[in-house]
Amino acid sequence: MSGQRKSMLTGSIVKHALKDSFIKLNPVVMMKNPVMFVVEVGTFVVLLMVLFPAYFNTGGRTGFNLTVFLILLFTVLFANFAEALAEGRGKAQADSLKKSKKETTANKVVGADIKVVNSTELRKGDIVIVSQGEMIPGDGEVIEGLASVDESAITGESAPVIKEAGGDFSSVTGGTRVVSDRIKVVITSDPGESFIDRMISLVEGASRQKTPNEIALNTLLTTLTLIFLIVVVTLAPIAKYLGVALDVPVLISLLVCLIPTTIGGLLSAIGIAGMDRVTQFNVLAMSGKAVEASGDINTMILDKTGTITYGNRMASQFIPAGDASLTETAYWAAVSSLKDETPEGRSVLELMKKQSMGYDESIAAGGDFIEFKAETRMSGIDLQDGRHVRKGAVDAVRQWVLSQGGSIPSDLSAKSDAIASEGGTPLAVAVDSSIYGLIHLKDTVKPGMKERFEQLREMGIKTIMCTGDNPLTAATIAREAGVDEFIAESKPEDKIAVIRREQAEGKLVAMTGDGTNDAPALAQADVGIAMNSGTVAAKEAANMVDLDSDPSKLIEVVAIGKQLLMTRGALTTFSIANDVAKYFAIIPAMFMVAIPQMQALNVMHLGSPLSAILSALIFNAVIIPLLIPLAMKGVKYKPMSSARLLSRNLMIFGLGGVIAPFAGIKLIDLIVHLWI
Amino acid sequence: MDILQICIVIVVLLLLVKPVGSYVYHVFSNEENRTDKIFGPVEKLLYQIIGLKNRSSMSWKKYALSMIATNIILVAVSYLVLRLMGGLPVNPNQTGNMEASLSFNTVISFMTNTNLQHYSGESGMSYFGQMIVITMMMFTSAASGLVIAIAFIRGVTRRGGGLGNFFEDFVKAHTRLFLPLALIVTLVLVGLQVPQTLDPNVTVNTLGGAVQHIAMGPVASLESIKHLGTNGGGFFGVNSAHPFENPRPLTNVIEILSMWTISASLPYTFGRFAKNRKQGWIIFSAMMVLFLAFLSLTYFSEKSGNPLIHDLGINSTQGSMEGKEVRFGVAQSALFTTVTTAATTGSVNNMHDTLTPLGGLAPLAEMMLNVVFGGKGVGFVNMIMYAILGVFICGLMVGRTPEFLGRKIESREMKLIAIAILAHPLIILAPTAISFMTHLGTDALSNPMYHGLSQSLYEFTSSAANNGSGFEGLGDNTVFWNVSTGLVMLLGRYVSIIALLGVAGSLSRKQPVPETIGTFHTDTKLFGGILVGTVLLIGALTFLPVLVLGPIAEYLTLR
Repeated sequence: MSGQRKSMLTGSIVKHALKDSFIKLNPVVMMKNPVMFVVEVGTFVVLLMVLFPAYFNTGGRTGFNLTVFLILLFTVLFANFAEALAEGRGKAQADSLKKSKKETTANKVVGADIKVVNSTELRKGDIVIVSQGEMIPGDGEVIEGLASVDESAITGESAPVIKEAGGDFSSVTGGTRVVSDRIKVVITSDPGESFIDRMISLVEGASRQKTPNEIALNTLLTTLTLIFLIVVVTLAPIAKYLGVALDVPVLISLLVCLIPTTIGGLLSAIGIAGMDRVTQFNVLAMSGKAVEASGDINTMILDKTGTITYGNRMASQFIPAGDASLTETAYWAAVSSLKDETPEGRSVLELMKKQSMGYDESIAAGGDFIEFKAETRMSGIDLQDGRHVRKGAVDAVRQWVLSQGGSIPSDLSAKSDAIASEGGTPLAVAVDSSIYGLIHLKDTVKPGMKERFEQLREMGIKTIMCTGDNPLTAATIAREAGVDEFIAESKPEDKIAVIRREQAEGKLVAMTGDGTNDAPALAQADVGIAMNSGTVAAKEAANMVDLDSDPSKLIEVVAIGKQLLMTRGALTTFSIANDVAKYFAIIPAMFMVAIPQMQALNVMHLGSPLSAILSALIFNAVIIPLLIPLAMKGVKYKPMSSARLLSRNLMIFGLGGVIAPFAGIKLIDLIVHLWI
Repeated sequence: MDILQICIVIVVLLLLVKPVGSYVYHVFSNEENRTDKIFGPVEKLLYQIIGLKNRSSMSWKKYALSMIATNIILVAVSYLVLRLMGGLPVNPNQTGNMEASLSFNTVISFMTNTNLQHYSGESGMSYFGQMIVITMMMFTSAASGLVIAIAFIRGVTRRGGGLGNFFEDFVKAHTRLFLPLALIVTLVLVGLQVPQTLDPNVTVNTLGGAVQHIAMGPVASLESIKHLGTNGGGFFGVNSAHPFENPRPLTNVIEILSMWTISASLPYTFGRFAKNRKQGWIIFSAMMVLFLAFLSLTYFSEKSGNPLIHDLGINSTQGSMEGKEVRFGVAQSALFTTVTTAATTGSVNNMHDTLTPLGGLAPLAEMMLNVVFGGKGVGFVNMIMYAILGVFICGLMVGRTPEFLGRKIESREMKLIAIAILAHPLIILAPTAISFMTHLGTDALSNPMYHGLSQSLYEFTSSAANNGSGFEGLGDNTVFWNVSTGLVMLLGRYVSIIALLGVAGSLSRKQPVPETIGTFHTDTKLFGGILVGTVLLIGALTFLPVLVLGPIAEYLTLR
């Protein structure tokens, strides 16, 4: 992850968040979060009782009421702070993006002339010319020329990338800089709608919409709030029948303790932080829904080249032919590659190193390097001692040897056919008139991919590899990488067909792509990640864009999606499980004065009824800021089967959720009881 | 000996679950089977009579509407019968017409499978009323509840194709299940000397010279469906404690099994429909765990008796026998009480009002949860609702959108579940609170303080859960109680049924998600634990404060 953005938590973010916590007290804003809104209303009612004790006839209890008011106020503020903090981090990311969005001038092509205009005046369809050193004024597509562009402003990757007209590398992003040459660009977005603009509004959380799962969870939390509202409101008349008078602040305390304030206060922070984590990975999600959907992915479609393999053919084996020994074959293969700078050539030397076989570098000193040419299909070196060393396509080398009067080892064609049938490419190695053997070149699976697919399988995700290779080659790579399925000789339509087939079975499909060809499939997939280096069409069709253009990141995105859902579930479970202890704190406290036998239910042996209520309330408030780091970072996620994952999280958040407040409330009570 | 008696009944139940569950599955799977030959012709005739030509599957809305429309017609006819029964035939004891608010309460009570009785059968109901209204509704309300559960099961296990045809299901529930079973149980009960006659009450001169009227009537036929249909309304005021309704321990066991078996078999039926029997057993186990916990609470609490009586120096080694029949003893009474409130039957063989505080807490709590086996169908549907809730909360913890049986639980389902889960505490706690704010409510209480609180709470809980048993000290035949409990019964029955059928309808339209290793599996022991936890955390915590003020405070102040 070269360009991973650092998650920033500076003093200014905290300061802003503190200020926002108060601004968010506005009831109109609060209403969007029913759980916390109920707390706010309760706070207000208690405030009235503190301010007008005579009217409410609460003269003797003003001190207690004031304390309850303060704790309730802080409960709301803590929840607001959590949300503001998450938003603040998003904003900080957006600010760093905004810096790249400084206004620039543009050289607009008007008829035959070039007019200098402000970049904000550019509209869709305008054509501009950008030369070396200039900023590209808006999102667009190169229609003429070739240039290297520095995209570090959005990707954090300092090495410039090549952009050229036509093909899959034609899209450019506003705010990036041309570092060499000159291109003609047609602008593809109006001001305010450019890629960067959308990114900024998304990470800022301005255009954040609640995701489907968040809405469903909110329904549940609201329902629980209503249920406890019924419980508390009906409790007063029922208790009154027994002659137990319950004060309003006590009832409000009970209500606030029972409703799921922990998850209610942290829910939006979890959502924002989830988006933020995706952004930290340099992936831009167009919606929170897409991040959530990525947690549900059943099938992943991955391109072979670039994602699973390096895409270069690498030497994997030396195979002697005829009378030659392995050492000889390897030796001459190395010599032929000594000055060969192609990936294939370098891979031969690497293979030598890996197999710890030696070769004498000095032999090449003064020799002439013969470059690979399409006509000869060979490369090699002419040594100073007059020997000619060559490696290349088998039939080309065979011709070359025959033309010098050499003979061909009888087992050569059988061995080279064997390599080809495994999906590899054979290269023959020859010195003058004798062929020493073959180099087996093959597409190499990136290190760690096999383990990753293994993890995906543990998560229940099926992987399908798409490749243009023939079925034999594809099968070999598929087996080596450990993917579950592959499509050989695949055309872009095949991807859509596979996606549709999987979706018809109810599966959610994720894929990556960069070309214009991929656009329909990206749109069809439930999670489509376009590479930032890809075409505008691909980016438009996708619901995420990877700024680093690293297709294997799809796997991390899935993990983030899962983490987001897990965090929500874990904190909800924790929040509900907390109620057990809170009941044991408050219920005996409420009735103990009128019914002394209730002391039996005071299992925590809390100091006094008042301190018990305050302790439960303080725990309820303090747990919110304590859990902010968890909400921001997300529950730790390791790929494992759902059964193990569930029992692990249930132990921590379910059982922990029952036990933790018993300890917490008791501890707080030990302190609070010093006063009351 | 006590424990052995209880164990034998439970073992017999366990043996019955699989065959009965399979039978119910075959009745409603609509696949051809052997029983078609026996019942097919009768059903065909019935379909012809009611003009049911088109037996196509219905959407959830149509299914619910058909059920409600049918129930409304039955309610209307029954109301007229009760109001006019003084002049109707088969009335040898010359019972008069029933008062309006009591008639309202009674028809609602029987149509909703509650069988809360604010009248006394001996004096308030003619034989015609007993047969045409009471016994008829015992069949139809049980069938209504059962087919709702079947429709719900179809919805959550099948993809598309609606929930089935209400009228066909309704007929089949009678012809293949309730009528034949009721016939068998009636004959067995008659064999065990439960009366079945249309003769008037017997008047005898006692040895002491007094004249005694012994109430009689078609008792056995009512008794059988009373339990098979988890109805619970007694022929006599004291219900199954009456020696004609429940003369001996064997009839007691038969009655327990009659009310328990079909409810307990539904999870297995569900497993058959879901093609995952283990899933059915897990849900059954969760119910059984809760049941055993409540049974133990009642049994040990009754067995240890009342400490105040003990303090008076009275031998209480046999436990608290107040309000219990000597022929049943503590064990058979505790078991009956726990089963009748679990299966929400509401028949009683001992007086719940006189149970010890914690012994009375168990039946109250079972009705508050309304998921421990539950009444005909409804309890099962409620349990699945908790299963969906459990899946929703815990399913998130595996990092996926929660799924139940391969269907995603989303906002729409949560909203419908919200209605069902809100309704239950609302219709219990709100009227209970209101009853304490007016003398109309408090006047009826025959006990002060905590026990008085329990009386009112029990009445509304029993109504909301459509159970029908009562803390019978309550003087409940007043307009206030007749109307309030009538409304609670109505809402308790239909709100959750409609909402949960909506859930089933919505789930059946969803594309199922294939199961993988990453899926949250619901057919595991772990999920059984989650289910029990969800029921206790969400269901029970709601009622804890009021339980603390009622039975728990009574217990604490008594010891």
